Amino acid sequence: MEDTKQPIPNEEPANTEKPKPKPVGKEKKPEPQYLLSSSPHMATIDRVPKIMWTVIAALMPAVVYGMYNFGFNVLLTVLASVIAAVATEIVINKMRGRESSVADGSAVLTGLLLTMTLPPAFPKAYAAVGAVFAIAIGKQIFGGLGYNIFNPALLGRAFLQASFSVKITTWTAPVGIDAITTATPLGSFKFEKIMTPYFDMFMGKIGGCIGETSALLIIIGGVYLLVKKYADWRIPASYLGTVFILGGLLWIINPEQYPDPVFHLFSGGLMLGAFFMATDMVTSPVTPKGTWIYGFGMGAVLIIIRLFGGLPEGVMYSILFMNAFVPLINRYTRPKIFGELKK
Amino acid sequence: MASKTSHPKEFLKGLWDENPVLRMLLGLCPTLAVTNSAINGFSMGLAVIFTLVMSSAIISLARNIIPKEVRIPTFIIVIATFVTIADKMLAAHVPDISKALGPFVPLIVVNCIILGRQEAFASKNPVGRSVIDALGMSIGFTITLTILGSIRELLGVGTIFAVQIMPLSFEPWMVMVLQPGAFLTLGLMIGISNWLNARRAK
Repeated sequence: MEDTKQPIPNEEPANTEKPKPKPVGKEKKPEPQYLLSSSPHMATIDRVPKIMWTVIAALMPAVVYGMYNFGFNVLLTVLASVIAAVATEIVINKMRGRESSVADGSAVLTGLLLTMTLPPAFPKAYAAVGAVFAIAIGKQIFGGLGYNIFNPALLGRAFLQASFSVKITTWTAPVGIDAITTATPLGSFKFEKIMTPYFDMFMGKIGGCIGETSALLIIIGGVYLLVKKYADWRIPASYLGTVFILGGLLWIINPEQYPDPVFHLFSGGLMLGAFFMATDMVTSPVTPKGTWIYGFGMGAVLIIIRLFGGLPEGVMYSILFMNAFVPLINRYTRPKIFGELKK
Repeated sequence: MASKTSHPKEFLKGLWDENPVLRMLLGLCPTLAVTNSAINGFSMGLAVIFTLVMSSAIISLARNIIPKEVRIPTFIIVIATFVTIADKMLAAHVPDISKALGPFVPLIVVNCIILGRQEAFASKNPVGRSVIDALGMSIGFTITLTILGSIRELLGVGTIFAVQIMPLSFEPWMVMVLQPGAFLTLGLMIGISNWLNARRAK
């Protein structure tokens, strides 16, 4: 990209903004040359495959812990889901006459993320059905990666929740012992008013979906992505911040009825959703202002579902709900073009 | 505007080329609402066949004496008459299906397929041609709704026309008999029909 840029004379002498000097390497002249060119201005080595595989790597601690926590079975569920996702991707690419996009890792990531949101004892065949749905309906129908409106993995999960609502809310206790049903911290609070110790929730010794239990490991992976700038820090910040503040306000008003904000942060799939799903580059807003609105909206929807809705958990629906608004948010938070006059 | 196409063609266009649901996207309200089982979709289709054919015949007969200014109210009155007959017949003979279809049978009155065929075809063509057109359109509608209902029933309950198809171990996909299932299946059916047309055009 860089080498093709031609110097263009600056046509706006009244321009008070300091144009950034961009000297072209080889033909250096005594006075700096001013270049006008369209963005992006920086060459980058980040490509879709690299980002996707990095996200997969960042998920690994939580996945491995899920296997340790819920047993070997989980590995098979992960495999079933990932293989189904990749196979669907291959078949649909063939049908559409496109080059294979398996190597970019997005199908593997979708399959993996989907499994992480499923209960440990969820039947593998249904996990595969969810993965097929996520790729076919969630992504490829819209035109493939980059064109999808909704987060494919969450759409797959929404389909599974609507189809197999009993199986997807049957939780098993951690540590090996098979088929002992238990409740998630959110479930036991909502329906029985029992609090789970924070330390267990933070470390992950609780019932829940395969990849959501350990807040610590998810935060480690998530922070890695934030540092690499593969996820916009504003999204988890605004999402978690809104949940904390709104949850806190309600807790101050009535601590008997509403759980405290720390409980909100570390329970359910909030950490996983905030760091790995809401930050999906395709389905989140592109403007900084837009990401704040997006995060606030997700936090508000989550609190409403958790405290006033019929379901104990609302991370999935809060993200999907705000995904639908992303085109609108992008449109209304578009930065003004320099020099554009106010109407 | 007497159409020059042959009678068989007039009939066949409703089945595919101008299929009211898949090609013209008309009558989507009953299409989405009542197709949670094959029998419901099929019965809805029968009610539409009866209403459309009868009202097309009457309107085509009266096409020269209906004043242009009040043609829509006239169409509605004729259609409403036959819809009421269909509704009462269903309620009297198959009360279960009538209950399942609920308000969607009376709502055939405002179904755009029927009003559309009166405005676009029956009010401008002789009786024979109008009836053939009405038959083609309504049978196309019925076939589409029956297929849609069958797919949803197969995946959502495991049966077609209440006959067990899937093995008993099959766990039904509840979503297919709920509203999202209607949108998903219809969208995919339209997609497949477009895909087939694109292939045929090549």
